[in-house]
Amino acid sequence: MLLIGLEALGASITRTLDRLGLAARFSWGVVSVAGICLVRFSLLVREMYFSGVKSLAIISVSGLFVGMVLAVQGYEVLQRFGSAESLGSLVALSLVRELGPVVSALLFAGRASSAVTAEIGLMRATEQLAAMDMMAVNPLARIVAPRFMAAVVSLPLLAVIFSSAGVLGAYLVGVQLIGIDDGAFWSQMQASVDFRVDVLNGLIKSVVFGVAVGLISVFEGYHAAPTAEGVSSATTRTVVTSSLSVLVLDFVLTVSMFRGLS
Amino acid sequence: MNRSKFDLAVGVFVALGMLALGFMALRVGNLASFDGSEGYRLEARFDNIGGLKSRAPVKSAGVVVGRVESIKLDNTTYEAVVSLRVKPEYRFSNDTIASILTSGLLGEQYLSLDVGGDPSYLSDGARIVKTQSAFVLEKLIGQFLFNKAAESSGTSK
Repeated sequence: MLLIGLEALGASITRTLDRLGLAARFSWGVVSVAGICLVRFSLLVREMYFSGVKSLAIISVSGLFVGMVLAVQGYEVLQRFGSAESLGSLVALSLVRELGPVVSALLFAGRASSAVTAEIGLMRATEQLAAMDMMAVNPLARIVAPRFMAAVVSLPLLAVIFSSAGVLGAYLVGVQLIGIDDGAFWSQMQASVDFRVDVLNGLIKSVVFGVAVGLISVFEGYHAAPTAEGVSSATTRTVVTSSLSVLVLDFVLTVSMFRGLS
Repeated sequence: MNRSKFDLAVGVFVALGMLALGFMALRVGNLASFDGSEGYRLEARFDNIGGLKSRAPVKSAGVVVGRVESIKLDNTTYEAVVSLRVKPEYRFSNDTIASILTSGLLGEQYLSLDVGGDPSYLSDGARIVKTQSAFVLEKLIGQFLFNKAAESSGTSK
């Protein structure tokens, strides 16, 4: 009984290590051919359309509503301390530092990465990737790299758009509906949000999330079992793994970026 | 959808992203406002700076005229050395008093400059001689309790 348990443990560790090694080698392969996107720019543009432009609606609407909710809840707490004017800095800091990069990465994983995984997985299942290999076209460069780079380029842009929409939503609710002073709202915000510390660090975060989400989606698609079931489970794995790694990476990045700040 | 439509949509997307970044930098962040890299430097020494932090505002008559650049401890006199940057359009007389005040009851601390009557002005790198340390609540309460105790022991005799 004990022996069987130990055997299962060993097998699962070997499998995990095997997959990690495969992922590392695959990632290196993708990153090393990612430069092709600069030469064949139209490939990147096409993928950016499907992952970036088509995510614009969900990202901007979610941002708007997240900002509005933050304004309502933040006002509720802040007015107890008589500092409702700080609402601007509360909303802007939470959006720029955390919610913008993280929530847009989560939405991106659900909206765009799952589609990329399903697409590449289906290409694998219908042997389109094998056919490309036969024609001496490197599928990593032709199919995988543009999709990966599209995530890396699109996600920071989407995160900034999310934060801007959120600030506008907070402005609508805080200033137009609740009636906080317009000037105080913006000036408190400007006094507390630092471009280098807050905005640029948020941008760096979303680039890292873009790399993680992009790599996970193409890896899961490329190594999906070539069956209908395999593609569906690969898509699920993409969303689950991306979301978890975004949240874990966010913690690591936040600790390293903002620890020194008082 | 043909290729030029893709190009157009992605172009609009990237432009929107850049616009949002500009909005972040100029309207939400403080890139447009005074960032402390221009202007002239002044130095002031305090016995106690309380909770003053670097990048705290420097105000005169309530108007932000600069920012605190760095705060160090002088190892020989054990005074806090605060260096600040003041916008070039503002000039202060040589006998300006620098004091550390708090905005509101629990707000952040800032450095206030009160101008004196000296006709000559502080130049780059000059030192503000007259300073007034931060108001530390604990010390004040301690002093108050001490005075109260002294008072009551005086009346009981």
